[in-house]
Amino acid sequence: MSENIERNKPVISKKLDKFFTGLADAFRFVKRFFQEVWFPPYEFKEVLRQCYEIGYRSLPLISLTGFIVGIVFTNQSRPSLSEFGATSWLPALISIAIIRAMGPLVTALIAAGKVGSSIGAEIGSMKVTEQIDAMEVSAINPFKYLVVTRTIATTLMIPILVLYTDFVALIGSFINVNQNELVSLSTFFVQVFEAISFLDVFSSLIKSLVFGFTIGIVGCYKGYNSSNGTEGVGKAANASVVMSMFLIFIEELLALQIVNAIRYA
Amino acid sequence: MPSDYTKKIVEIRGVKKSFDENHVLRGVDLDLYERENLVVLGKSGSGKSVLIKLMVGLLQQDEGTINIFGQDTTKLSLKDLNKLRLKIGFAFQASALYDSMTVRENMEFPLVRNVKNLTRKEINLKVEGLLDSVGLPKTINQMPAELSGGQKKRIGIARTLVLEPEIMLYDEPTAGLDPTTCIDINNLINQVREEYNTSSIVITHDLTCAKVTGDRMAVLIEGQFQAIGSFEEVFAQAKDPKVKSFYDYNFIQ
Repeated sequence: MSENIERNKPVISKKLDKFFTGLADAFRFVKRFFQEVWFPPYEFKEVLRQCYEIGYRSLPLISLTGFIVGIVFTNQSRPSLSEFGATSWLPALISIAIIRAMGPLVTALIAAGKVGSSIGAEIGSMKVTEQIDAMEVSAINPFKYLVVTRTIATTLMIPILVLYTDFVALIGSFINVNQNELVSLSTFFVQVFEAISFLDVFSSLIKSLVFGFTIGIVGCYKGYNSSNGTEGVGKAANASVVMSMFLIFIEELLALQIVNAIRYA
Repeated sequence: MPSDYTKKIVEIRGVKKSFDENHVLRGVDLDLYERENLVVLGKSGSGKSVLIKLMVGLLQQDEGTINIFGQDTTKLSLKDLNKLRLKIGFAFQASALYDSMTVRENMEFPLVRNVKNLTRKEINLKVEGLLDSVGLPKTINQMPAELSGGQKKRIGIARTLVLEPEIMLYDEPTAGLDPTTCIDINNLINQVREEYNTSSIVITHDLTCAKVTGDRMAVLIEGQFQAIGSFEEVFAQAKDPKVKSFYDYNFIQ
């Protein structure tokens, strides 16, 4: 009895112990991904299936959101620029904002909501209905089949979705600019490409890779560690979204510091 | 030890398992012989499922040894444990069919990942043959969500048989099923032993299932086996009040 009391005694406090244990678990999970991703079996078919689920099935939502972001952002920026008679700078301003920050951020946040929750719920429900145990007892590595494939798919598809969102948002912006400033398509895109640099596009893509990895691994981690039946599945889906979004903002902040350091070095 | 079973293939000695303050198994000893159907009986939460999960390495015991085919499961590397797992079929309580796959894909999944160089024809023959033997050939292209509880149980059993295991572990095979489907599942368990020469451990709290499928019964009460023997030995002549109360409880139910 005394041994049990000793064993369950918190090291710092119950909440802090739980937090640090969770953190250590999460690091072990990420470490396991990097250990397993290089070795066969590679599960190409499942990666492709997940790419289709994550990429292609997100297109309608991403298209609508990107398009609206382009229109709204252009509309909201116009009054400030028109005060200085600088509305001709709209394409340049919009392109920098979209490519550097809004495209990756909007895409990642939408994917965290749509894809992250679906991964968390799917793996969570597989966990509570013993489907993951069933893989294990059939000598199949469930981590490889479920976690590695989904994380690879999100890491590959989010940058592609970001490029697509950038394009759609710029089209939305062009329609708005064309209606108000009578700027032609070629003039609009000449100004867009003059304003952005290789570093803008490159950093945006690298950042998107990190966002994609975060969405995938967080969704898988939360699902893989869910418990308490169907209630646990709901919690896993919810926690996937909240944690992914929180990490995406932190990563955005860090990326901004790094890119600015490179840009102004 | 039953006279007609001589070759011991599973030997469990002094196994203890706790979850925090809950001591589920308190030093369990059990043997399984070749071609034997052993039924482990006990109330819900008595640690029956924990015992078979320890056997396949889904859980780790705190103390004690589990030897399967002469191999101590705690000392095996993951690679060797996986080799051992291929000789053990585990039919889960809730069937554990993969929701996103059709019945065909569910059956093929363990097969194509563990048996190399199979042709499409061989895979089809195997899958269709097994579905025939569990009486559900028409479900091959259906999704698990379209199946009844009894059908899921049968396909779950068929999926484990795809790797031709030598030991079958059934976790509550008749739980949540109507009496007619229970009879079908009990018959299927006996049929599997006859057709595939398997030895089995059947985890249940259903005495009818135990009587129909079991050669020996082992009654798990409060983390220890209180009685092991034939159905008659364990229940008809039961002197232990805990075993008697389990028997009475089941029949009153």
